[in-house]
Amino acid sequence: MFDDLSRYLSSTSNQELVLTQLLQHIYLSLLPLVIGLALAIPLGWLAHRYRAASGVVFGVSNAVYTVPSLALFVVIPVVLGTQILDSLNVVVALTIYTTALLVRPVCDALDAVPFHVVAAATAMGYRPVRRFVTVELPLSVPVLSAGVRVASVSNISLVSVGALIGTGGLGVLFTSGFQISYTAPIIVGIVLTLVLALVVDLILVGLRRALTPWLRAGGTT
Amino acid sequence: MKRTMAVVAAAALVLTGCGGDPLKGGGGAAGGQIVIGSADFSESELLMHIYAGALTNAGVQVTTKPRVGSREVLVKALQDKSLAVVPEYSGNLLQYFDKQNPAAQPDEVVAALKQKVPGGLEVLEKAAAEDSDALVVSKDLANQGIRSIADLGPKCSQYVLGAAGEWKDRWPAKIAQLYGCTFKEIKTTDAAGPVTVEALKSGQVQVANLFTTASAISANGFVALEDPKRLYPAQNILPLIRSEALDAKGKAALNKVSAALTTDKLVALNKRIEIDKETVADVAKEFVTQNKL
Amino acid sequence: MILQELFGWFGDPAHWQGPDGVPNRMLEHLGYTLLSVFGAAAIAIPLGLYVGHSGRGGVVLVGLSNAMRALPTLGLVTFLFLIAGGSEAGTIVGLIVLAVPPILAGTYSGVQDTDRGVVDAARGMGMTGWQRLWQVEVPNALPLLMGGLRNAALQVVATASVAAYVGLGGLGRLLLDGLRVIDYSKVLAGALFIALLAVLLDLVLAGLQRIIVPRGLRVAAAAVAGRPKARSSGRTES
Repeated sequence: MFDDLSRYLSSTSNQELVLTQLLQHIYLSLLPLVIGLALAIPLGWLAHRYRAASGVVFGVSNAVYTVPSLALFVVIPVVLGTQILDSLNVVVALTIYTTALLVRPVCDALDAVPFHVVAAATAMGYRPVRRFVTVELPLSVPVLSAGVRVASVSNISLVSVGALIGTGGLGVLFTSGFQISYTAPIIVGIVLTLVLALVVDLILVGLRRALTPWLRAGGTT
Repeated sequence: MKRTMAVVAAAALVLTGCGGDPLKGGGGAAGGQIVIGSADFSESELLMHIYAGALTNAGVQVTTKPRVGSREVLVKALQDKSLAVVPEYSGNLLQYFDKQNPAAQPDEVVAALKQKVPGGLEVLEKAAAEDSDALVVSKDLANQGIRSIADLGPKCSQYVLGAAGEWKDRWPAKIAQLYGCTFKEIKTTDAAGPVTVEALKSGQVQVANLFTTASAISANGFVALEDPKRLYPAQNILPLIRSEALDAKGKAALNKVSAALTTDKLVALNKRIEIDKETVADVAKEFVTQNKL
Repeated sequence: MILQELFGWFGDPAHWQGPDGVPNRMLEHLGYTLLSVFGAAAIAIPLGLYVGHSGRGGVVLVGLSNAMRALPTLGLVTFLFLIAGGSEAGTIVGLIVLAVPPILAGTYSGVQDTDRGVVDAARGMGMTGWQRLWQVEVPNALPLLMGGLRNAALQVVATASVAAYVGLGGLGRLLLDGLRVIDYSKVLAGALFIALLAVLLDLVLAGLQRIIVPRGLRVAAAAVAGRPKARSSGRTES
């Protein structure tokens, strides 16, 4: 097995292929993470602010999660009129999942911001929007970041399914290896997916630390 | 301030990861980059790389998009301009555009195909190389005297066929009409890949749809059944292209590929990929260099 | 127009019979799901209970189960198919790997989150380790444990479609076969049935949760939440 692996990896055209698919994989998994987060913040805020809205928002996001990714990948071009091979289809599908996954953490995170802090900001004359952006959102980072980490891992592993509809990513290594009963590319694909997930997770942890200087200063969590 | 910086840095980190979508960019306007696609099996991928090599040598800028899916998906992708060129098989392609077409011999099929290809698309010259679908049985069954689909016909109702999902939509009526064959069950496996091979090996299915050039047939002692009444029409390899995407020079380059490609050569190339596990792109590159394409 | 085609698809009796029919595909899908979730529960619940109870290895466990989440199911399933020579077992193992992390996380954090005061009280009453585990920690962990189980079931139902890629049945067949011939009504029908199965399964598990979670816990939770929600208290009392 290791002979196979080293032989597979020593071919420059394989290296090229793996690198291309890795870059594509990064693009397909992280872009939806960013957009999904951007969409989940206002939706989560709605759920946090208006209890009536929370039922709708959570209901829809739970329902979205029961739709199999493969089906969503296939149906999106029909709905949007995009080209069937457009990687946009995967981006849109994963954005929908990410948003659904992050709405609850955003709401929980905002709920966790101590009321007296918000009240203090109000008393200091912060208007709602500014208060949200400069006080509530930063203070919600610790709880929110846990949700973002889960979403990033889930996206990175979901993108592989895109190989079944021809949109590239590391999943291509699974299908092409499978086709000729060759485990080497499959192993490379699995390992790279894991490494990618780990690296992104470390970056997210680093980001959380950078965004929450008060946690380090206080020495407590 | 510091925090804003961190946010910006975060966004930058995420965005630099993208490095741009390598698959974006014109699906293939003439002169620009053209995209060559392949179906989801290795021979198609091999042909895609050979076409790409020949076109590159002819000065055409190409990108490749392997393993797009079945014929249905490929044709749709050509029509919506995601792709410009795909390797195809004459008989099945004709069947796809015109279900009832009776053409069966190589030249007949290509002639009919040229008429039936929808507007905007075009087939170029065919190669001598053929890779037909074939119904394949285990050695045991072959030893019981089943050597051709005609032998199988009356006994079909005892057997389970393993084939790709689209087989059920394409062939049952025709095989019933030609050979009086109706299988006990048609089990969906995959497009002549390991699932089909494993299913035949393990006896889950007794008949399997594979390709005549597949290394798995000889490697497992399977027997490909004769097809005297031409259930499957001639299957010469030829490029299906979106006409406007290629200029005369590009078309000439692909015709040169077809002129060089024979069935024996294709079988040998497949063996290097399927059995020796050589990289598809490397095998293709070598073929392009050796044949001065 | 798509809706019309979809209704046409539903109306065709051929789609409801035989091995390719919806009922059979649904049973197959349910079969893979139950097998995988039970398999995962058999591994994850004891492990989560042990680590949560003993407090040993928590960090390692959380790290491991997060790493498992990143394992791409398609890669695992194709790999196992090739290694196991095409048996169904490989696919089930792939799905078990998918289902273990949520169940493990639910069980572990359920035990972990049990009020330490309650556990200490149990110890003070002279309960042994086993008694504390079974009579205090497990009942307290049940809501989170069941949450993990429901999560796992949901993920497995949605992902079991991948099994169709390695030649198994299940509703994934509708998705993949429909995709190959660009038959969108077939794909949509497959997606709808998978979603339906997910919802039904979740309802069953929610019912199970209501039966096995001790009433005291619900009342306590409602009291803590400050506002008794109809969902967790009112209706069940009647």
